[in-house]
Amino acid sequence: MFGIASTELALAYLLSIGAGLLCVIYGIVKYNDTGPMTEELREAAEREGEKA
Amino acid sequence: MSEKIIWAVVYFAIVIYLGYRGWKETKVASDYMLAGRQVHPFIMSMSYGSTFISTSAIIGFGGAAAMWGFPLLWLTFFNIFFGIFVAFVVFGKRTRRMGSALDAHTFPELLGRRYESRFLQGFAGAIIFLFMPVYAAAVLIGVARLLEVNLGIPYNVAVFIFTAITAIYVITGGMKAVMYTDAFQGCLMFVIMAIFVFWTYHWLGGFTSAHQQLTDLALNPAATEAIKGHPMLRGWRGWTQGLDFGTPMWLVVYTTIVYGVGIGVLAQPQLAVRFMTVKSDRELNRGVMYGGIFLMFMTGVAFVVGALSNVVFFKIPDITGKVLGQVAFIGGDKNIDKIIPAYVTNYFPEWFGTFFLLAMFAAAMSTLSGQFHAAGTSLGRDVYEKGLGARVTNVLTVNRIAALVSVLLAMACAFVLPESIIAKATAFFFGLCSATFLPVFILGLTWKGVTKIGGIASMLGGFAVSFFLLMFLHTPVSAPLGICKSLFGVPSLLASYAPGTTGFNMQFLDPNIVAMPVAFIIAWVVSMGTAKFEDKHLQKCWRFMA
Repeated sequence: MFGIASTELALAYLLSIGAGLLCVIYGIVKYNDTGPMTEELREAAEREGEKA
Repeated sequence: MSEKIIWAVVYFAIVIYLGYRGWKETKVASDYMLAGRQVHPFIMSMSYGSTFISTSAIIGFGGAAAMWGFPLLWLTFFNIFFGIFVAFVVFGKRTRRMGSALDAHTFPELLGRRYESRFLQGFAGAIIFLFMPVYAAAVLIGVARLLEVNLGIPYNVAVFIFTAITAIYVITGGMKAVMYTDAFQGCLMFVIMAIFVFWTYHWLGGFTSAHQQLTDLALNPAATEAIKGHPMLRGWRGWTQGLDFGTPMWLVVYTTIVYGVGIGVLAQPQLAVRFMTVKSDRELNRGVMYGGIFLMFMTGVAFVVGALSNVVFFKIPDITGKVLGQVAFIGGDKNIDKIIPAYVTNYFPEWFGTFFLLAMFAAAMSTLSGQFHAAGTSLGRDVYEKGLGARVTNVLTVNRIAALVSVLLAMACAFVLPESIIAKATAFFFGLCSATFLPVFILGLTWKGVTKIGGIASMLGGFAVSFFLLMFLHTPVSAPLGICKSLFGVPSLLASYAPGTTGFNMQFLDPNIVAMPVAFIIAWVVSMGTAKFEDKHLQKCWRFMA
């Protein structure tokens, strides 16, 4: 396959490219997904600390 | 030569300028340790990738790919899938959120606060501070030899110059300087590796044609005659064929290189701490994209080009018009570490050779700076301030002095250790980190049932088992370190078995195949029988996870 003698190594070649594509697709799909901001988390942690 | 020196000066000037920018922006401890937790995703992912990939990954492993061929592509897959995707998406986000919840500034501090154990933080810090310089020295030795060969600088002077330049910006500018310079160095590495792979495939007529020529070359007795019977090729069937299952080479490639390095990267303290430098998950999501492409162009290109260089050495005229007619091992003067440099020198124009050299400086420098920084903060923050409970009034100064101590220790190791130790020292550190840190790190982020005693037992057990196996049973590491030889008179306790027996082959099995599962089992068994954390602590750790 693709000039590579063994199926195992052709698979390794394809999976390497596939893993790279997975990273790209994930990055694009979640491009603007922020989750909680660190600053907000820190402020929340400090507020809880003051209460305690 | 003068052109190389001019470009090297320009490169070092840019690095020093970026280091200066980092120093100007470093005002408080969190700037020094975590770059103010406001790093841009591109900078973060390039810094992660360039710290991950050192010169030995490109030159050393690229040379190994020239010997063994495409089996190393499994490491590329592991690097991208586990080293980037799983690391960022599964562990990166949890590390950032739990790190914020616990106000952790370093990797050992995250573990220490998660497990409510100053001992655990101090022990983890001590392991990093004591063993990271050995790994850093391996990188330093490699790049100093490059400076010696390419710029004619004596080895000892090269070690000093390279250490001094890197140390100046790490000690003064902390994480900001490290990450700014890493990003620049990562960009340089990326461009050079992209040209490297494009040119190689172009010469060989495209993807399938290049691979087919490599496959055919293994069937050509004129090509394989020179390497036939070489001890490193027992179990080898061709550059595009898998290795024979269970042979020593199969064990080295699949257990040490693919599994050991591929999985071990998840527990590298200098990498994990970068997840705490960003301000939201968005940076990590975008970082996955940049990091995935970057890693594909680093290890993927090095391994593919390394293997294909056999065809080029055999068939393609070099820059003087001469066809070598031999495989890469002969082209590299029968030294794996010289194959990639010989390939660049003999087949690429001089300007590319200059920039390739700078890219190798960049790869070494970006890895070294992360190592110096992690070792320094481990000593200053985790061992001295938290582990020993020292009263610290100026955190920045303490960490800068600690970084200087780490730098001096690494430099001393580079003067003392032999050149042949590079790959072994890297494998040693990766192995030790995997067994010692990975189980407590993963369980701490994902399992509320793990206990303080379970975490400590796992860390100590993983370290002890890994250390024992590396020192006494794993010949590739125990032989050069010499402790087994001095105590028992043999390079390893398995070395006396007859070749071909299971006992003989087991000395090539990576210690982490045993040590890491043992550390996981210890954590689980001990946690089942010891006191759980209070709900209040668990709520604190998990409060930002949802």
